[in-house]
Amino acid sequence: MSKVAQPKGLDRGTAAPAGTGAAPAGTRRPWRRRALLLVPLGLAAGAGAGFYAMLRGLQTGDYKPRGVPSALIGKPVPDFTLPPLDGADRPALAAADLRAPGRPVLVNFFASWCLPCVAEHPMLVRLERAGVPVLGVAYKDRPEDALGFLRRYGNPYARIGVDLPGRVAIEWGLYGVPETYLVDGGGLIRWRWAGPLTEEVLARDLEPLLKRHAAAPA
Amino acid sequence: MIPELGHFALALALALALAQSTLPILGAQRHDARLMTAGALLAYGQLLAVLAGFGALMWSFVVSDTTVSNVVANSHSAKPLLYKLTGTWGNHEGSMVLWVLILALCGGAVAGFGRNLPTALQARVIGVLGLVAVGFHAFILLTSNPFRRIWPPPMDGQGLNPLLQDPGLAFHPPLLYLGYVGYAVTFAFACAALIEGRVDAAWGRWVRPWALAAWSFLTLGIALGSWWAYYELGWGGYWFWDPVENASFLPWLAGTALLHSAIVVEKREALKVWTVLLALLAFALSLLGTFLVRSGVLNSVHASDPARGVFILGLLMAYVGGAFALFAWRAGRLAPTGLFAPISREGALVLNNLLLCSICAVVLVGTLYPMFADALFGTKISVGPPFFNTAAAPLAIPLVAAMAVGPMLPWKRADLRGALQRLWWAALLAAGALLLCLALAGERVWPAIGFAAAVWLVAGAAADLADRTGLLRRPGQAWNRARGLPRAAWGAAVAHAGMGVTIAGIAGMGLATDALVSLRPGEAHRLAGYEWRLEGVRDVAGPNWSAREARVTIRRDGAAVAVLEPQRRFYPAGRQNTTEAAIHATLSADLYAVLGEERDGVAVLRLHHNPLAPWIWLGAAVMALGGALSLSDRRMRVSAPAPRPVVRGGAPA
Repeated sequence: MSKVAQPKGLDRGTAAPAGTGAAPAGTRRPWRRRALLLVPLGLAAGAGAGFYAMLRGLQTGDYKPRGVPSALIGKPVPDFTLPPLDGADRPALAAADLRAPGRPVLVNFFASWCLPCVAEHPMLVRLERAGVPVLGVAYKDRPEDALGFLRRYGNPYARIGVDLPGRVAIEWGLYGVPETYLVDGGGLIRWRWAGPLTEEVLARDLEPLLKRHAAAPA
Repeated sequence: MIPELGHFALALALALALAQSTLPILGAQRHDARLMTAGALLAYGQLLAVLAGFGALMWSFVVSDTTVSNVVANSHSAKPLLYKLTGTWGNHEGSMVLWVLILALCGGAVAGFGRNLPTALQARVIGVLGLVAVGFHAFILLTSNPFRRIWPPPMDGQGLNPLLQDPGLAFHPPLLYLGYVGYAVTFAFACAALIEGRVDAAWGRWVRPWALAAWSFLTLGIALGSWWAYYELGWGGYWFWDPVENASFLPWLAGTALLHSAIVVEKREALKVWTVLLALLAFALSLLGTFLVRSGVLNSVHASDPARGVFILGLLMAYVGGAFALFAWRAGRLAPTGLFAPISREGALVLNNLLLCSICAVVLVGTLYPMFADALFGTKISVGPPFFNTAAAPLAIPLVAAMAVGPMLPWKRADLRGALQRLWWAALLAAGALLLCLALAGERVWPAIGFAAAVWLVAGAAADLADRTGLLRRPGQAWNRARGLPRAAWGAAVAHAGMGVTIAGIAGMGLATDALVSLRPGEAHRLAGYEWRLEGVRDVAGPNWSAREARVTIRRDGAAVAVLEPQRRFYPAGRQNTTEAAIHATLSADLYAVLGEERDGVAVLRLHHNPLAPWIWLGAAVMALGGALSLSDRRMRVSAPAPRPVVRGGAPA
């Protein structure tokens, strides 16, 4: 189907037949075609504006892809109860377990489908071996997948809760997985790390915090 | 001295690129032959200048010139020579120099191989390539000078990230960039066509080799990256839907669509506006990938300079926005001429385009939406593989189903039943594969569907070739007909079969088994019918690392199969650990072992049995081979627009 019967353009004048009136039946109207041709430009402009906002946010600190400070710092953990991970041989996790644990504990949100979770997992295993209790939340993960993940990479978690709908994660203000919280002996959230735990994070942030909160009375 | 010369060469390249971006385009507008021919010379000149700059940077790395801050930050004198060479592009500044080097190579190639193009078209293409180069040269010189000196020089460099000291990743960026930047040429062709207001069969024919070459390199680059992740990261996975991976997958999807729609332009002069849009889109997505990786919006873990991000965003918006504005203004002139029925080769290619672009949109949204939701609404969302798999699979299945049928359909109007009749045995084999997999591997639906799709594609490609050569109808003449068959037809069949091979590998990985075991030396574990025995763990040393190395012997029914020696390496220069997975690759499966922590004489080992894993990358290589075969088609080499009557006479519309 030929679109608009235009003479082959000699110059740019013919490129704007915006008001050529009713097109023959069965052809699209020229303005609609022109609007359609503008769509890529509009989308690109929108995306560009969004990216610019991100870059500005990076500079001013409004947009932080990692290491987001939590509104919960210094507060007790939000109320929640999660079912256990069947087959993992670990008890379930609820807010009651974190009200006054008596010593600093880590709460780690993970998922089998998350690549950085695999990367950080050896760190959690190491922390668990060093005697730091690590509690896990399987985030939006089918129990069989989460179980396979733990079987493959080891299970450092003393307790595991399954948050299939991700509702508890919303309560915690989760940015994404992996994400780790430090809850002190008195049950207050002291630190949050969005992103994988690395050697550097461990040495720079977590270990000093663990020492400080272990020394402080509950 | 050498670094200063390199810096000067890059500045010279910017000046030449500026001239290249203006003179030929001006000449084409004014019909000034001298200005137009200047374009080719300037493109050669820019190529020489960038080569000199790149060579100077490489030299600084080879001699470990510690007065150059880039070398200090990314190299070490004890590093093997290969990684000193490849370290040139293993960092932000160097990779951008590689980027402009490949862009200059493309410009030189258009100048050299494009002599048969109409002078004005060639001049405009070279001009647009020059314009793209200007921005990236300015970016390098203003924000990412690779030759910055430091004084006093430190004793030695800090070393290259050990994850990058690997042959797979060493050659991943050049291949990927050859793909990304190759789409700059099709982008330039599209811009030139929009400026001229004309797209015809000849244009389609000129664009196709570039689209093919870029696609083949990108295919290899993505496959190499995935292979590297598979064996170097030691996680046993090959694709993670990571934003960085998606960034290279997006232009591949758009480029694959472009490759197919350009055929329609060439053969039938239809889908012109769409093809031009795809050509713009493929490069836009390549630039988006560069932006995402280089600007720090993905993760600020790599403390990157926001000024660089704003600069690249500016470039992205200037080129993509400019091209789309040109598109909105001029694309209305590209009147379609070829008519076709929905059931026809063209119809099948339109379906291919729709599905590929839908997958591309899904991946794009899944990659960008979490970032936008965070930046604009402050909502934190994470999108993982479950989203990509569930959203892309319903689109991939009809795509694969149509892939075998499409090549069997004639142009303009086709008989679907006739095509399906010639594919009945392929369908039968696919159904057989589905049932066989369900019977042998239990109720695993996705691997079974994968095997069926793989068989369908390979058998479909074979059916297509058999049909074209008349193998079943007149076997005696088949050989002659096979020799006479255009290489493009062979290329298409090989590439489609390659996709089948890759899908078979992915389906095989769906049946992978693994185990995490703690073994003492002498103990063994059974997995997938093999006996994996830990013989011992010892210390070994390399040129710039030391490692713990386990020795695992694998036996099947008492007969030795392989010895695996996975390592846990320590690189003192960067104080980093890496795991070196040991892989025994055979055509039927990979036996894969990773050494974990050791405690009290017990070593933790992760053992994987990955059926058909090598087929994933083998299939990608076959796809790229198909691209190369198609590229060697006589039609592509003799790209001269032979005297018009011949072209018209050869293909009566």
